[in-house]
Amino acid sequence: MAFITVTSPHTTQTGNHTGAFMRQVLYATVPGLAVLTWLFGFGTLINLLWAIPVALASEALVLKARGRDVRFFLADYSAVVTAVLLALAIPPTAPWWLTLVGVSFSIVVAKQIYGGLGMNPFNPAMVGYVLLLISFPVEMTRWIAPHEAPSLMESVQLFLGSTSADAFTGATPLDTFRTWAGDAEKLASQAILNGKLAGQGWDWVNLAFLVGGLYLVWRKIITWHIPVGVLAGLALTATPFWLYDPVRYGTPVFHLFSGAAMLGAFFIATDPVSAATSRLGRLIYGFLIGVLVWVIRSHGGYPDAMAFAVLLMNLSAPMIDYYTQPRTYGHKAAHRGASR
Amino acid sequence: MNARIPATTVPVGQYQNPRPIHDFRGGIHPPQNKDQSTGRPIRRAPLPEQLVLPLNMHLGAPAKALVSAGDRVLKGQKIAEGNGAVSLPIHAPTSGTVMAVGERPIQHPSGLHAPCIVIAPDGEETWTELHPLTHWRECAPSMLVARIREAGIAGMGGAGFPAAVKLNLRDGQQIEELVINAVECEPYITADDMLMRERAEQIIAGIEKLQFLLQPKATLVGIEDNKPEAIKAMCAAAEGKSMDILVVPTKYPSGGEKQLIELLTGKEVPSGGIPAQVGVVCHNIGTAVAIHRAIEFGEPLISRITTLTGDAFTEPGNVEVLLGTPVQSLLDYAGATAERIGRLIMGGPMMGFAIHTPSVPIVKTTNCIIAASAAELPAPPPEQPCIRCGSCAEVCPANLLPQQLYWYSKTEDLERAQQYNLMDCIECGACAYVCPSNIPLVQYYRHAKGEVRQQVAEQQKADKARERFEARKARLEKEAAEKEARRKARLEASKQKKSAAPGVDLAALKKASLDASSAYKAAVKALKAAETEGADPDTVAQLRTDADNLKAKADGAKAAVRDAKAGGASVADTGADKVAELKKAVGEASSAYKAAVKDAKAAEEAGAENASELRSHADTLKAKADELKAQLRDAKASAPATAATAPASKPEKSAEQASSEAADRAKKMKALKTAFNMANKQWKEASASLERAERDGADDIDTLKKTVDKLRFKADKAKEALNVLVEEAKKNIEAASGSDLKTLKLEAGRAEAAVRAKEKELEDAKRSGDQENIDVIYRERDALRREATMAASSLQSAIDEQGLKED
Repeated sequence: MAFITVTSPHTTQTGNHTGAFMRQVLYATVPGLAVLTWLFGFGTLINLLWAIPVALASEALVLKARGRDVRFFLADYSAVVTAVLLALAIPPTAPWWLTLVGVSFSIVVAKQIYGGLGMNPFNPAMVGYVLLLISFPVEMTRWIAPHEAPSLMESVQLFLGSTSADAFTGATPLDTFRTWAGDAEKLASQAILNGKLAGQGWDWVNLAFLVGGLYLVWRKIITWHIPVGVLAGLALTATPFWLYDPVRYGTPVFHLFSGAAMLGAFFIATDPVSAATSRLGRLIYGFLIGVLVWVIRSHGGYPDAMAFAVLLMNLSAPMIDYYTQPRTYGHKAAHRGASR
Repeated sequence: MNARIPATTVPVGQYQNPRPIHDFRGGIHPPQNKDQSTGRPIRRAPLPEQLVLPLNMHLGAPAKALVSAGDRVLKGQKIAEGNGAVSLPIHAPTSGTVMAVGERPIQHPSGLHAPCIVIAPDGEETWTELHPLTHWRECAPSMLVARIREAGIAGMGGAGFPAAVKLNLRDGQQIEELVINAVECEPYITADDMLMRERAEQIIAGIEKLQFLLQPKATLVGIEDNKPEAIKAMCAAAEGKSMDILVVPTKYPSGGEKQLIELLTGKEVPSGGIPAQVGVVCHNIGTAVAIHRAIEFGEPLISRITTLTGDAFTEPGNVEVLLGTPVQSLLDYAGATAERIGRLIMGGPMMGFAIHTPSVPIVKTTNCIIAASAAELPAPPPEQPCIRCGSCAEVCPANLLPQQLYWYSKTEDLERAQQYNLMDCIECGACAYVCPSNIPLVQYYRHAKGEVRQQVAEQQKADKARERFEARKARLEKEAAEKEARRKARLEASKQKKSAAPGVDLAALKKASLDASSAYKAAVKALKAAETEGADPDTVAQLRTDADNLKAKADGAKAAVRDAKAGGASVADTGADKVAELKKAVGEASSAYKAAVKDAKAAEEAGAENASELRSHADTLKAKADELKAQLRDAKASAPATAATAPASKPEKSAEQASSEAADRAKKMKALKTAFNMANKQWKEASASLERAERDGADDIDTLKKTVDKLRFKADKAKEALNVLVEEAKKNIEAASGSDLKTLKLEAGRAEAAVRAKEKELEDAKRSGDQENIDVIYRERDALRREATMAASSLQSAIDEQGLKED
């Protein structure tokens, strides 16, 4: 009989495959999803349940067109993760077509056209998000005031587009701070800015994603380098400016617990495909994302900035990797750049 | 399914390491699967029907077979010898008959065959004569190292590097730490574990021999903490010995040489270097036992401990097996049937080779045979895309970025892969073990490393070819340039000859000479006319005196012309003093001669008795004057040479000494000339064959080129030596005769020509019957003749003396 003849190693770790990795990411989003639903109603959940089949269908379609094994590649859960992350980022008031456009664009253009899983230079979910933000700015900024969640029925109507969202929308803490920055009186009078940690409600959202993120670090799905880099970059940039002018600039804690800070730091920026890969590289990559988030939040045209910051750093990741090779065993110094 | 045995670490009790240990980066904790094979003591595997001994069981050049089919061999007899510095001999594992020396399947990644010696055992196990070195402490280390090499001992841990090579220290090299590898970190394998449990004394005895050879400052034995019994046995055996047993945590690949060195000493082996560079030598305990037996009992390496494990074996365990035993024989022995085997691995599950046929033999490095069922080690799942999760980088013990290496290896971007230190990969397989996408990463790296090595080899080949081509071009150009230079030199020399004596107006001198001689002739005519007319004696005498004076003048002018021709300008200033003196002497001599002639004539006319006497006196004087003249000429000619040699003011050598030296030199010169001619001929022949080889692109161009260079060098050297001797000889001649060979030659030729001219003049005179004139011419001719003889003889003697022959 013929023996199996492959080169070593002849054994691999069991229960450790890409699909399992991706499923762990999905599990880690549960706390965040729960808090979003608690605060803003079922909108996000509906988006998510809609986004997943859209993603799987788009992925299957392109895989078939590319002549790939559809079942094999769908089993890696990467499309589901993209769909879930995008759905979490889209406002809960979003109509069905918004999610459809965003998710299918993420999967088809940002991921599969570049060659599928592992080949995309940009984070697919964030490409989809930025496409929507630029194309449909109104729909993409209609968040709901915390604790004024619409009922399940209303959420379904919003999803179907059969009712206007105007009745439910309210500014987010980042929007509010942006609007009144520099005006101490107004800032003090905004209820939404007076949450336990940061903006009302949003501090809970961020705490929930922080919990999920820590779970990922604990399960060794991600390393601590990128999240720590992002949060450090954000906080360390925010601190001196806040000390210099607390009326114009938000506190570091406000920045850390507002908007997509924790979701971005633990779930978005850590997409391994498009991030830097060496440990030092990941730290630098994360740190610069944090800096960019603060810069765009404080001085850019958009209230939140995670998507832009991540995409900008995706651009830089190959160069960061090039200059952050670790020192190999037996070498006096690391190869940095082309210094051979 | 491969997680049957949990990856627990058996507690080692209260063992306290005698010195701190370090850690190494990365690493993994695969299921140990070691308990299956530790339940039985080491058994002796049965004698198989055939032993197949590959000529290349070790790392390095294959051995050269010393036996052929039909030879009878004894157990322990050397049947193949090492071929080069990194190579090892092979010994017959048992007595029997050589069946064949030829290709057999071996453990080869591509399932290729390789040359093997096949022995049919006779079952008698008759040993060859052994030479134990029981008093090894009194032996020279070099002798012990030679014994280890001759015993065919390769590293038993896995790579199979000849052990003796690692024991050869450079002069003054100090080994800080001798690291003994008893870690056995790979799952399944327990050969070292069982060896320690059962033969710890032998291991310690082997380590003591290594200590004797290497004189390390410390000896560190590293054992993984999952072998409590082995640790106990080793501690007991090492009691009171100067070595530290260090227990290291279970983590793969802590048994890798570099990782163990880092664990025990904290040192890193430089990239591309060897442990000795950081003062460390590392040996496996199996090697230590083999060294012990080779020295203490004189036994060569003919057997080893091999683990038989995996679900397909009904009786897994460790066996002491003769090298060359086919795996099939062991499968039969321990109850593994072909139907149960899904994968057959030689070595461990992390770095072992999957073998395609059980006829493959056990070799010096075979520490384990895993006969795994299909469920135990199933076929690898399909490869998924890399998501750059970085798990591989986390476990890489070399601190590489496997995810990047994968990318560059897959796309064969070898330059970038090397920049990411591909060649530092130790192929431990930790990255592939953890890869969630089931990518056989090590396979990609092996492939890329092979490509890099091939590229390097090709580059070297191309570089060599280019060097060869450039060297050839340079050689041809140099030859052409030399030829051209020689041609130019010749041309220059002949030009210089033509334009000799720029300081002396040769034409003017010639004219003066001609004028002088015609004046003389006119005077002679007038004298004759006067005599025939019977003019008064006074007038005749006056005329005669005039004629004589003119004659002398003419001679002087002629000599001047000759001098000018010979010596050139430099004569005038350099030899000026001597020449002036000689001139004066010549003048005096010739006036004395003239006076004598006059006296003689007067006496003749007067009919005096002593006329003939006077005449002969005059002749003597004439000869003297002529000789002086000749000397003068010589002096003028040799003036430059004298000037050149004089400042050196060499101590005068005695004639004897000089002549014996010259004779020696002549002999030497002859020998050198022969040598040069031979070398030159050989060189030319070699050059021709090199050119042929270059044209045909033959393989041995390098050797040929070396030969050509050598011969050329030899020829050049001979020529050089010859030239030195020739120069010396020439110098000697100059010193001895005040003239160089060339001048002497010219002188001789000129004298010869002068004699011939005088002879012709004499003929003319005879024809015209001018008796008086004839006499004069006779004398002149005689003088010239003497001169010519002298010049010729001095030339000859110079040549003879120096042994110079014209080339």
